[in-house]
Amino acid sequence: MYTIKRKTIIETIKDLFIDSAYNLDEKLVSSLKKAKQSETNNLGKNILDRIIDNQEIARNDDIPLCQDTGVSVVFLEIGRELIFDYDLEEAINVGVRRGYIDGFLRKSIVKHPLNRINTLDNTPAIVHFNFIPGNKLIIHVAPKGGGSENMSRLKMLSPSEGEAGVIDFVLDTVKKAGGKACPPLIVGVGIGGNFEKSALLAKQAIFRSIDDNAKNEVDQKLEKLLLEKINKLNVGPMGLGGTTTALAVKVNSFPCHIASLPVAVNLQCHSARKKEVTLIGKKINNTN
Amino acid sequence: MAKKLTTPINEETRKSLTVGEEILISGYIYTARDAAHKLLVDAIKNKEKLPFDLIDQVVYYVGPTPAKPNQVIGACGPTSSYRMDKFSPELMKRGLNVMIGKGPRSEEFIDAVKENKAVYLLAIGGLGAKLSKTVKENTTIAYEYLQSEAIHRLKVVEFPVIVAIDYLGNTIFQ
Ligand code: SF4
Repeated sequence: MYTIKRKTIIETIKDLFIDSAYNLDEKLVSSLKKAKQSETNNLGKNILDRIIDNQEIARNDDIPLCQDTGVSVVFLEIGRELIFDYDLEEAINVGVRRGYIDGFLRKSIVKHPLNRINTLDNTPAIVHFNFIPGNKLIIHVAPKGGGSENMSRLKMLSPSEGEAGVIDFVLDTVKKAGGKACPPLIVGVGIGGNFEKSALLAKQAIFRSIDDNAKNEVDQKLEKLLLEKINKLNVGPMGLGGTTTALAVKVNSFPCHIASLPVAVNLQCHSARKKEVTLIGKKINNTN
Repeated sequence: MAKKLTTPINEETRKSLTVGEEILISGYIYTARDAAHKLLVDAIKNKEKLPFDLIDQVVYYVGPTPAKPNQVIGACGPTSSYRMDKFSPELMKRGLNVMIGKGPRSEEFIDAVKENKAVYLLAIGGLGAKLSKTVKENTTIAYEYLQSEAIHRLKVVEFPVIVAIDYLGNTIFQ
């Protein structure tokens, strides 16, 4: 069996959140630069230019890209040969606390949705666990901003509404979000599963690399079609018109009930901060 | 070339602004988000003294990241304005007639803008690092316990905005 020290988890989570808040993923930066070339609206071009400039300032001067350093979302892919003799989720929350305090990130979490009292350290994080073969631990983190999250939606369609129904719902969501979700967006779409699974699929979709391909042909086709249609909506950068409403559409699907067609749309703003790292477990000498 | 304005911004100046125009604002502006808006409106209802004189002043919807020891302010881009829609008309009546935020506003808000000859300005969302460079002074003036939602007085130099709703109620949003 293998393990990873609690201290390593805490330090890694802390560093990942700080890094993600200050340094935008290079692939996303290239995608923004490409969009700037193709954008036909002058104001839109100008906004894209400032977004690119902003990430450079953030990187060079160590200032968070955006003041909303979000809710702390963590996906863990845990190798089955790993064992933890401590509370992994608690260690992650300690890492989040350190990251948000040491990294001068904004604490945006309240204790109860109705009493609205700030927890002062951005905990608790939202942690998802998954198992994979081997002795590795893959950690994905994203400080997910409230603006685009608030514009995300879920609908239980009737199966007969089919692909057209899915497309309509996605387009309507992007249109309704307008400038509020800070476009250009990465649009995460989850179809199938059930109520909560579709939302999770959509969230996982925005965690995908901006230049990857969907797992199957149906989803790949849908991604292409949706991107085309979304960029014809004339929402544009910050909702002020233009051809760059989305940089990418990511569709994740899952089998579902004969009577259901759940669809969830999770919007990711242009400040699409995320990082991942792979830790390798250390062998435990079992002396018992 | 963007027009340059210095705060406070009076009715005559507000009336000279047209939708889509880019403006660079210099001078003092005040930060407030939902929680501070609620407290301001409550204070008006209870006839309490307000933390700053509202007349012709500029409010900016922002909750910055904490400043590092060598910084005036952290990242400080705009938050979504629609959450302030239900509080803004009351504050406009008291003279707080220049508002900076991101995203569209409600019909009721636009009606109040027309009534009060106010103006709504758009800052580009997600430019927290870049916008922080325009802030030269930062003083907490009220509700410090609200943390990032407290009211700050900021001194800005050439803070960039776009006119989104003018005093006639014309808007940049389709
Ligand atoms: S939606 Fe994104 S870019 Fe816009 S303010 Fe929120 S976190 Fe920042």
